[in-house]
Amino acid sequence: MKMKKKIKFLLLCLIALTQLFPLYWLFTFSLKSNGEIFGDNPIGLPQVWRWENYGNAFTQTNLIRYFLNSVFYSMATVAVAGILSAMAAYAIARMKWKLKSLVFGIFALGIMIPAQAALLPLFQVLDKTGLKGGYLGLLIPYIAGALPMSIMILIGFYKSIPIEIEEAACIDGCGIFRCFATIILPIIKPAIATASIFTFLGTWNELMLANTFVDSDRYRTLPVGIMSFAGQYSTDWGLIGAGMVIATLPTIVIYFILSNQIQDSLVAGAVKG
Amino acid sequence: MNNMLGKKRFVACFVLPALILFISFSMIPLFISGAYSLFQYDGMGEMKFIGLVNYIRLFAEDRHFVKAVLNSFLLVGASLLIQLPISLLLAMVLARGVKGEKFFRTVYFLPVVISSMVIGQLWMKMFNSEYGLLNHLIRALGASDFSYSWLSNPKTAFLSTLIPAVWQYIGYHMLIFYAGIKSISQDYYEAAQIDGASKWQVNTKITLPLLAPVIKTCVIFSITGSLRAFDLIYVMTGGGPNHASEVPATLMYNNLFRRGLYGYGSAQAFFIVVECLLFTFIVSKLFKKAEENASAI
Repeated sequence: MKMKKKIKFLLLCLIALTQLFPLYWLFTFSLKSNGEIFGDNPIGLPQVWRWENYGNAFTQTNLIRYFLNSVFYSMATVAVAGILSAMAAYAIARMKWKLKSLVFGIFALGIMIPAQAALLPLFQVLDKTGLKGGYLGLLIPYIAGALPMSIMILIGFYKSIPIEIEEAACIDGCGIFRCFATIILPIIKPAIATASIFTFLGTWNELMLANTFVDSDRYRTLPVGIMSFAGQYSTDWGLIGAGMVIATLPTIVIYFILSNQIQDSLVAGAVKG
Repeated sequence: MNNMLGKKRFVACFVLPALILFISFSMIPLFISGAYSLFQYDGMGEMKFIGLVNYIRLFAEDRHFVKAVLNSFLLVGASLLIQLPISLLLAMVLARGVKGEKFFRTVYFLPVVISSMVIGQLWMKMFNSEYGLLNHLIRALGASDFSYSWLSNPKTAFLSTLIPAVWQYIGYHMLIFYAGIKSISQDYYEAAQIDGASKWQVNTKITLPLLAPVIKTCVIFSITGSLRAFDLIYVMTGGGPNHASEVPATLMYNNLFRRGLYGYGSAQAFFIVVECLLFTFIVSKLFKKAEENASAI
């Protein structure tokens, strides 16, 4: 019995190792010279820790720009999609109106539709309206794409809180907008956080739309930017590694700070989907 | 209160911003895609209505597309037969409580939060013919001149992309299973213990049947995720070499944005949508009985 437990534990460790090792490898080769990576030390810790790989990534490429762009796209998407979906979900979960189930159905369907299906017409619309290529050209599709999941997560939460709380507050005669902003929003804060994490990860890591709708370096996001300089500097693994670590660091840091919430968030997304 | 929650003006103010945005930038484009797929259209010339001809051509004339569909089915197979069983097993072991439960959960899930671009680039370097880790390892085991380029050989290119695809989302499904198992009431397990049920019986008679709705969710996610797969393959091989690792989404992308085949590419895009909906429907039907049993326990 004890033996069995030990074997089980060893297996768990082994799988943990396979999950961690590629990331360890990425981090170490981002700090090595090509001599080490290609020569005698492909796996071990760097013999010389070359932090200048990071310096080079910042000075030789547009990494800072890409990083700030990604921060902007993600934050703006989180903020706008958060507010819009909190309101829409409120109307769907709480208000009484005729087309409620139709609208719910539209958003529910939205979760199942793959983004690539709308890619070309979206491209054309953004092109015609002159939005393509600028910040809005990516931001608007990101917000639209984030809404369904965010709304589903929030509806689930609204349904779990008792309606009496709002009734007590709203009976005092404050208008519905004030009631929403001062009573409802604070109550659903945890659900908004859950939905926001989901939105943030999706936006920060998004590749296909960013690759299709943005053609100038100025508006490029990290994933596309790094992909392009990975082709350009294909032999300089240290530099590419540094870029990849920079692109990954924010999600990993946030993950370690909020790992419980992130896990809840992605499970919530799955269960609501 | 009821009165206030029913006022049309309020409803409109709350719903319309999200609804208009979503309909105009997600739903309408989707329907336009569907419409394009019925036309011969290259973006500039005239649009000629040709009915279902594009769809027929997909299967009758386009061997790259058939290959791409088969590849995506291979990915579905790998997800269902390798990824999900590993995830389920891990979830069952972890949910029963082991030392370091939270640590393992956190580590297994870690790759999920990383961009597929990074995952793709990273594994490209793993598979690199001269300096890749895999070949280093093989050389260290004795084959000192071994230099095989996994990603640029048609035989291994797609298989090499399967590995990170399966690897990245093990933790995701593990976590959904884990949450599902944790939400099963302890009463069942206590009752089983009193009845002297073996571990195997507990797993097969209690945990798995009650987990049916969660397994359904994971199966649907696995299938639709595989059918629409794009990022990782686009980054690692771009569908090459010589279309060997193509999936429907990468072919579609090339047809739309490199070759300007708007009508034909849209048929491929719409095919993916139909496929996803169809499989979701079939899986839901298949699980219906199991779910009924689960709620009857």
